[in-house]
Amino acid sequence: MNNKNIKILLIDDEGEFVSTLAERLELRGYAAKTSEDGESGISMIESEAFDIVILDLMMPGLSGLETLRQIKIINSKLPVILLTGHGSTKEGMEGMRLGAFDYLMKPLDISELINKISLALNL
Amino acid sequence: MYKNFINLLNNTRKGPSHHYFVLKRNIILIMLSITIIPLATMIVISHFQYRAHLKSQTTAPLLSMAHKAAHSFELFMEQRLSTIRFISTAYSFEELSKEQRIREILIFLKKEFSGFVDLGLINSKGDLISYAGPYSLLGKNYSSQTFFQETQIKNKYVSNVFLGYRKFPHIVIAVQRLTDDGQTWILRATLDTEFFDLLISSMGFDTQSDVFLINGDGIFQTESLRYGRTLEKCPFKMPHDKFKSNIVESTDENNRDIIVVSAGVSIADYILVIVQPQSVALQSWHALKTELFFVFAVSLVIIVFAILWMTKMLVKRVRVSDRKRKNALIELQHTQKLSSIGRLAAGIAHEINNPLAIINEKAGLMKDLVELSTELSNKQKFEKLTESIVKSVGRCKKITHRLLGFSKRIDIKIETININEIIHEVLGFLERDAIYRRIDLRLKLLDSLESILSDYGLIQQALLNLLTNAFAAVEDGGIITIVSENYEDAGVLIRISDNGCGIPENIIKNIFDPFFSTKKERGTGLGLSITYGIVRKLGGQITVDSVEGEGTVFTVTLPAKADSNMEAKI
Repeated sequence: MNNKNIKILLIDDEGEFVSTLAERLELRGYAAKTSEDGESGISMIESEAFDIVILDLMMPGLSGLETLRQIKIINSKLPVILLTGHGSTKEGMEGMRLGAFDYLMKPLDISELINKISLALNL
Repeated sequence: MYKNFINLLNNTRKGPSHHYFVLKRNIILIMLSITIIPLATMIVISHFQYRAHLKSQTTAPLLSMAHKAAHSFELFMEQRLSTIRFISTAYSFEELSKEQRIREILIFLKKEFSGFVDLGLINSKGDLISYAGPYSLLGKNYSSQTFFQETQIKNKYVSNVFLGYRKFPHIVIAVQRLTDDGQTWILRATLDTEFFDLLISSMGFDTQSDVFLINGDGIFQTESLRYGRTLEKCPFKMPHDKFKSNIVESTDENNRDIIVVSAGVSIADYILVIVQPQSVALQSWHALKTELFFVFAVSLVIIVFAILWMTKMLVKRVRVSDRKRKNALIELQHTQKLSSIGRLAAGIAHEINNPLAIINEKAGLMKDLVELSTELSNKQKFEKLTESIVKSVGRCKKITHRLLGFSKRIDIKIETININEIIHEVLGFLERDAIYRRIDLRLKLLDSLESILSDYGLIQQALLNLLTNAFAAVEDGGIITIVSENYEDAGVLIRISDNGCGIPENIIKNIFDPFFSTKKERGTGLGLSITYGIVRKLGGQITVDSVEGEGTVFTVTLPAKADSNMEAKI
């Protein structure tokens, strides 16, 4: 697998969810790091280089959309895939407008996520 | 939330129709009394006024007629008296004492003047000296008789009527002659009273009027049409002062209302009486009475029909509008119920979705690990088990997404709306409650309020929720103020304040949370959260400011244009 070089940042307030997802991605050869809120996620992006960010929209504190906005200010080229717990596509659409690459609904289908990552990174 | 109000509309204790019955009855009673009482009063007043007027108008001519008639009698008597006075002057006592002479004079009198029956000469001692007539009275002494004594005192005398010759009514007239040599003698004549009746009939009274003479004792001196014959007792009591004219209203023995007019005849002890039935005297009054009654009856029928018809239409309209309002409320209630369910469902789905995602990832990781391991016993079985978990999570995902979708069915319909109009409409739902509870609603609505583009139904619901809360917060007789004004550059501001119980500081941060309620069983805890959801959805803001025990102010701002792309998520 040549995924080792791909560095993914997962930002989601559900620790159990985000750690498990990171482990699964690592099993698939990605280098995944996690963050449980928007602020720490942003500071990680500022200090390290990531290839892609997976971001939950529903978070306490700094909201998903606000985090997205700040990520785009730091690095407008960094692709962001949004996760939404809502049945609605409204916030997803709003995220797309702000420059997200795509959005997915929780619970996730892992193969769909991998697919989106590949598309985002033009692999 | 609206249950009280709907119960009020229904008036469930006595059934809904009782309320309309009372309304109808009260309107009818009030309208009848304000129309019929003045009308009846007018009619009664004019009835009596006219009667009094007419009475004075009819009695005056009656009185003058009585005077004229009495005067005619006086003239007549006076003429007869002058005749015999003239004879007593023209002839000496000696001449009249001659039988032949006095007979000639009687024949002459009978020829020239009607009514003379006999003529007699009486000396100062009361002896009848000579006599001409149908009786043989010669030698009779009158000294003890009233007529003799009275003639001696008054020089003349007119008697009451008595039945004389051949049982015809007669009167006696007499004059006293005093000669130059101091001699006195009396000339006496008897007259039949046929001329009385002739005199009365010549006066031209109508057939309804009864005109007759009575004497001071109330004995008929002439025939009466209805009340008795000559010399019978008159049934009417006459005033003692016979020389004065009089008007008396009375009823006769046939119970007819009559007017009795009397006038004294000065020359003798006679009273002239005119009896006229009131129906004749007040004929025009009776005609008016009938007309008045007819007009009153017709007006009454018209008024009653008009009032009944109007009231029927009015109550029908009230009933229809009540029903419409009730239906609107029920619809609103239904919408709210639906949105409550939607919100509940969304809340649950959202809460479940997160652990579901975790289960999904855990199972996914298990599956990954099982797939990667080479020497795991029961590997195939584990693969199947994890697959089954992932599949089940997939099913749950479908359910939660469907539930979340349900809460978004109600789409926003953007249109141009006037907030003041909505406030008035919402108050329409609550005004009856306000009246019953004497709540002072103070509207300070800006006339030049900008129209905004937003959702009519949602704003209506939001305002209804806020006002219902305000109503619940205030005591009976409390004050609720509603203010509308333009907000900053674009949009409107609505402020609803009450002087009610206020919200304790420790719970004020929770009031917009779903299922948060202080009303225990009565509230769902969704009213304010729905309101909050609506205002936010329409792009507005809602803030609350409350002092416990003093009151609460809710301020809602709405943008000039709600974002129609936003999906509803009540």
